[in-house]
Amino acid sequence: MSIERGIAQGPQQPRMVRSPDWGMMEGLAEACSPERSLAMFRKMCLTRYFDLRVRQAQLDNDIECLIYLSVGQEAVAAAVAVVMEGCYVLGQHRGHSVYLSFGGRPERLADELLGMSTGCCGGMGGSPPSHDFERKIVAHNGLIGDQVPVAAGIALAAPGERVICFFGDGAAEEDYVLATLGFVATKKLPLLFVCEDNDLSVLTPTVERRNWSVVDVAQGFGLNAVDITDDPWLIEYWTTTLADQLPAIINIRTCREFWHNGTGSDNNAEWSRFDLTKAKLTEIGLRDKARAIELEIKTFVEDLWNERLQRRSAI
Amino acid sequence: MERTVAETIRDISREHIAKHNGILLGQCLTAVGWVQNTVPAQAEGIVELPMTDVSGAGIAVGAAIMGRRPIFIIRFQSLLWLNASPIVNHAAKAKSVFGYPAPVFVRAIGSEGDSTGPIHTNCFHSLFMHMPGLPVCAPMTPNEYVQIWNWYMTHDDPLLVSEHRRSYTSRQEMPDQVHHDAHITIYAMSAARFNAVEAVEVLGHRGVRCNLVHLLWLKPFDLTQRVMEPLKASGHGIVVDSAYEIAGASQSVAYELMYATGCPVKAVGQADRSPGVAKRLENGTPTTMRIVDTVEMMLRDV
Repeated sequence: MSIERGIAQGPQQPRMVRSPDWGMMEGLAEACSPERSLAMFRKMCLTRYFDLRVRQAQLDNDIECLIYLSVGQEAVAAAVAVVMEGCYVLGQHRGHSVYLSFGGRPERLADELLGMSTGCCGGMGGSPPSHDFERKIVAHNGLIGDQVPVAAGIALAAPGERVICFFGDGAAEEDYVLATLGFVATKKLPLLFVCEDNDLSVLTPTVERRNWSVVDVAQGFGLNAVDITDDPWLIEYWTTTLADQLPAIINIRTCREFWHNGTGSDNNAEWSRFDLTKAKLTEIGLRDKARAIELEIKTFVEDLWNERLQRRSAI
Repeated sequence: MERTVAETIRDISREHIAKHNGILLGQCLTAVGWVQNTVPAQAEGIVELPMTDVSGAGIAVGAAIMGRRPIFIIRFQSLLWLNASPIVNHAAKAKSVFGYPAPVFVRAIGSEGDSTGPIHTNCFHSLFMHMPGLPVCAPMTPNEYVQIWNWYMTHDDPLLVSEHRRSYTSRQEMPDQVHHDAHITIYAMSAARFNAVEAVEVLGHRGVRCNLVHLLWLKPFDLTQRVMEPLKASGHGIVVDSAYEIAGASQSVAYELMYATGCPVKAVGQADRSPGVAKRLENGTPTTMRIVDTVEMMLRDV
């Protein structure tokens, strides 16, 4: 199957293609099994309600470290994770969604953010290095894009393993990220890159930082590449398609709801993928099941945080 | 006949690939000379990296996370500046921050002279001594290289190995020289050790008896009895190193020694200026005569 290019306007106008339906294909949600649709939604709910609770914990002064929330971007990791189970995965600094979607233990992440020794980094790392190495989730050191060459090294050193590496549209500009794309293409390593493109580097939009697109550059190196919006069924489709055509990259237009770090909001999210997903689930007859999942996850997260906060108080 | 340092490195590398599923990464490894004959002339286990400094180091760190114990070769220490980030920010922090190791063996090759000038007159191990989680050593003999390799294979830390081209053809071991009636103790690191050996001989002819203590491990720098006693007995010391003196390994070690013993200890390293290509403008390892002059000046001031 040939891979279509997703850039309509060309590299001079990378911002023009941001929309909630960029690259959309008809009938994907309807064709997806209900189990998989609900599995994706479950992961989206976990990320969303976990991170909303993290935000509240910081507002309550229970969390003092810097936090990088995935709220708004939940669908990206959730949809990739339902396809690429069992792979080594490297998230970016905004990595709670990757951690939670790929099976990282929520209590260990909560403990980490609370500065407890039972945290995934023993309280040493805070938000960006969240990892669960026993479950193949590799840590990030906080410097954007650093994980990209590390992911290439993992793929190189572990024949037979597939590797997924998430990074942001800002990290894509790091010279070592671009060099790694070339290396991975040259060596034909089984690596799927996922660019979580929220169009913001802190608060500087892409159009002010560069005049090229990640997909154009990746294709120039010889990677299979698509540029799409963050609809979970669309991501699921392309992840499934590209999983057999690695190395590849998916640039996914998504919206960050809160600050680069912290609890505030400094940009108006152009769309809410969470609300759009719920609407679609209703449309395909899964409203009640989705509501039940949402309620279950909300309760789970609240109980989890109450329990972890009590544990910390008891120390 | 004993092996040279280069032959020792090559044999270790070959065995690592063959017996330990090891991997060796770097740029231009298979070019003429196979990195001064330190790389086994084979394809198996060797990864030619593109000219992607920074990214290359990150790839090596990824291989380390997967337990391949990579040997990452930096042909000129000038390139350490570019490659530093993944080494110090990821590999060195992995154990203490993430809780799992990333043991990468970084072969950083120092060089000087031969018109290397401002580009490749380089010895920058001091830079890495600054960072936690990254032991630093500078083996200059065949046995020392075996020793630090065995250390690496039995520990899970990354290791910055500050090599020097000048050592590669050497077959000699360099034992300490300690005398009960020495006037001064010279501590020597990296390629400065070769000049220090010569300086001790010159000074001996001039009636100055010197202890000479060779330092293989720059970090951790352990103030053992072997290191401390000669200084306490002689009352004076100098530390000589191939790297820059200012805020460098020589000053750091001199400080430790002075603080521990109360004896005056002078640091001698590269002068604080860029090296030039022309012979008269070179600025490499302190020469034999600079070491001699420094010792004589110190003792004159007593």
